[in-house]
Amino acid sequence: MSLMRQTLKQTRARVSLVLIAGVVLVAVLGPYLALAPPNDFVGPPFQGSPYSPFGTDLLGRDVLSRFLSGGLSILLIALIATTLGVALGTMIGTTAAYLRSRSGDLIMRANDVLLAFPMIVFALLIISILGPKPWLLTLTVALGTAPRVARLARSAALEVVDREFIKVSELFGESRYAILWRELLPNIASPLLVEASLRLTYSIGVVASLSYLGFGTQPPDPDWGRMISENQSAVSIQPWPVLMPVIAIAVLTIGTNILADCFLRTLVGIERGKDS
Amino acid sequence: MDMARNPNITPERRKKSPLEPETPVVDVCDLRIEIGNSGYDIIDEVELTIASGEVLALVGESGSGKTTLGLAILGYTRRGASIVKGKVRLQGRDILAVGDEELRSLWGSQISYVPQDPRAAINPALTIGTQLEEILIAHLPQQSRDERHARIAEMLDEVLLPHGEEFLSRYPHQLSGGQLQRVGLAMAFACRPRVIVFDEPTTGLDVTTQNHILETIRRLCSEYRVAGLYVTHDLAVVSSIATRVGVMYAGRLVEVGPSGAIFKSASHPYTRRLIQAAPEADGRELVGIQGSAPRPGSRPRGCFFSARCDYAVERCIKEFPEVELVDVGHDVRCFRHLEVSAGLNERPRPASRPPGLVSDDVVLNVSGLEAAYGKHVVLHDISLQVHSQECLAIVGESGSGKSTLSQCIVGLHSQFTGKLTFKGNPLANSVRDRGREVLRQVQYIFQNPYGSLNPRRTIGQNVAQPLKLFYGLSGGQLEKRIAEELERVSLSSSTMRRYPDELSGGERQRVAIARALACKPALLICDEITSALDVSVQAAIIDLLRSLQRDLGLAMLFVTHNLPLVSTIAQRLAVMTEGRIVETGDTRTVMAEPAAEYTRMLLANSPIIGSDTKQRLNP
Repeated sequence: MSLMRQTLKQTRARVSLVLIAGVVLVAVLGPYLALAPPNDFVGPPFQGSPYSPFGTDLLGRDVLSRFLSGGLSILLIALIATTLGVALGTMIGTTAAYLRSRSGDLIMRANDVLLAFPMIVFALLIISILGPKPWLLTLTVALGTAPRVARLARSAALEVVDREFIKVSELFGESRYAILWRELLPNIASPLLVEASLRLTYSIGVVASLSYLGFGTQPPDPDWGRMISENQSAVSIQPWPVLMPVIAIAVLTIGTNILADCFLRTLVGIERGKDS
Repeated sequence: MDMARNPNITPERRKKSPLEPETPVVDVCDLRIEIGNSGYDIIDEVELTIASGEVLALVGESGSGKTTLGLAILGYTRRGASIVKGKVRLQGRDILAVGDEELRSLWGSQISYVPQDPRAAINPALTIGTQLEEILIAHLPQQSRDERHARIAEMLDEVLLPHGEEFLSRYPHQLSGGQLQRVGLAMAFACRPRVIVFDEPTTGLDVTTQNHILETIRRLCSEYRVAGLYVTHDLAVVSSIATRVGVMYAGRLVEVGPSGAIFKSASHPYTRRLIQAAPEADGRELVGIQGSAPRPGSRPRGCFFSARCDYAVERCIKEFPEVELVDVGHDVRCFRHLEVSAGLNERPRPASRPPGLVSDDVVLNVSGLEAAYGKHVVLHDISLQVHSQECLAIVGESGSGKSTLSQCIVGLHSQFTGKLTFKGNPLANSVRDRGREVLRQVQYIFQNPYGSLNPRRTIGQNVAQPLKLFYGLSGGQLEKRIAEELERVSLSSSTMRRYPDELSGGERQRVAIARALACKPALLICDEITSALDVSVQAAIIDLLRSLQRDLGLAMLFVTHNLPLVSTIAQRLAVMTEGRIVETGDTRTVMAEPAAEYTRMLLANSPIIGSDTKQRLNP
């Protein structure tokens, strides 16, 4: 895809990819690199650890091992939730744009109602009722993402549905599904990609926040968000269990954000090139 | 490329030309503009003068560099283009050398510009009055308020617009396209500039409006001694307005001469082919130009037109011709211009063909059709028939309802009442309710070839769509059919692997035609299919359509605003205005003796190259 190639010509994009890849590698390979089992007590709380210079946490577990083992869940949940949310949002948005009748309007108004809830409040509401389960967390974040994507997908699709080739397909008696999937979708793929990478940034933030609040992975298993909340009281004497996940999440969100920005620049740049 | 540059063109040589009545206002000297710093030129070796009070029409196909040259006269280049050589003198002063600040003060006061699309050029958030006043405040700050208002009234009078408070307080969206373009003209003439560049200002306007605008431009330019440069792709449009005509081809000015001389004894083969491609009222065949102009970066060493030229000899392939003087003030860049102007190798332009056999069986019958958008009724009591093997043209200006009518017929606009039958069977209003067989047999080609192909799919995939849907073809069989369909519209089968944005407008329209014909339709509806194309490409498309229609025995509905074009393709025509058909009949009869007042007016306003011109070209 030329958007990818164009984007990767920018130095910023390559830097952001390195940042993202770094964090992803830590999260994916971390569990195998951990020297101590992450849930084992290896020493007194907030003291030195025999396994690493980063010491122990509030229960005396090895900080580095817990950090290495605790990233995958956040990453996976954020990624799956974003994918689901973008897919759902795209479906809602393109359908609304293509129908364009009252039912299309109705879909978008319902979408606006969902949009009115701040994502974190929405997630807290559902999870506190049904309990913290990883699949539920994924689903909630996906549901929170979808309306935002739907809005963008609809406005991008509205520009395309009036183009003649859509009408040509209608004149050939092509099914609505085929028109949406084969004619419309490829033409809004670029703005959707930008939106998806931006949504990923948000999802990482939300999932990390929720796990900080205790709705993520349940104790005693390690998790970056909960590592921060568990150890924040002693941050002045033992900063590592807070600092390490904070840095990892920050680097990841900054990375995805820069990447989204680079996609957007390329997209705008392509359009400018066509004008002149 | 340097080999082709002409050492003979020097200012000294040109000063001798005795035709120029006075020192030119604009003097373009050996101008070369490149794409970025790629070394590929968009235009090169351009020499041009415009005297005060004259309108020089700059004619060329899209991509010929005519707009680039027009903008260079403003001292402006588009993003990605740079002037690498040459001078543009405005009353002796090189405006390419002046600073930005000074150039800005020249714009609007000494040099003006009338863009193609007034809606894009006029700020939609400000009233007409405010915008007219802005120009005066910017360039004539010493004027008092009353003086300004008097001037605005005068300006609007000149372009035949009302100048009351009511009109001045209107916003651009409350004006028609023609009125807006008049406002654009008023703005351009506001400070009595020395030069105005008109960039196809009548594109998209109805013929009647176009005629009025052209008349206004001509009058104002001669009255206020303005040097006008009129950029257009349509020779017919300029035949009435231009004092002189310059013809651009692939970035070179190939012929410049007085308007009369260009139309009577064009000396460059390309100019002659352009004239032959323009439609005229007597229904003579259009002769298109095969092939396409070489793009920057892929231009040959010799004459750029040689590959498409009937006169080309060996020398033409080796070197680019120098400027030769045909007559005073008439320059041409062709080695064989004497033979060309004598029309030696001219293929005589065939007279109109006798109308083909039209059978009696009615393919499409429309009776008492009334269509509306919401509560607004746009079509009233439309009745017409299309017979098999017949081409019926529907002619009308924008807003006449002709497109709505064609959309009703194909089922894209379903809010209508009345009877619609296809081969004797009633047609459902909406395309969704029509059977597969009807969908296959009624094909529709859209006006805009840039929109009718899915940009994310290859040409092959675009053409494959109906073949899969209607015939269930796949694999090698499908590929074979796609190649056949493309070859039928004179495209090579390798085109199927390319994407729409790699094709020119004319090629895309051919693909659209191929896709429609792939369905083996009984009725083909063409909605203004040539209006987005260059004249020479239009001629080729019309030629193609007509031979296909004859060979396949198609019934065709040809919707257009271009009355002269109709006579070359349609046996019968229906003239529409304000949602009604005002005249129907045999094309020749209607063109020769129009019965309806409206048809007469339409005919009178259609730009046609003067008939005396044609006699010379078609001996």
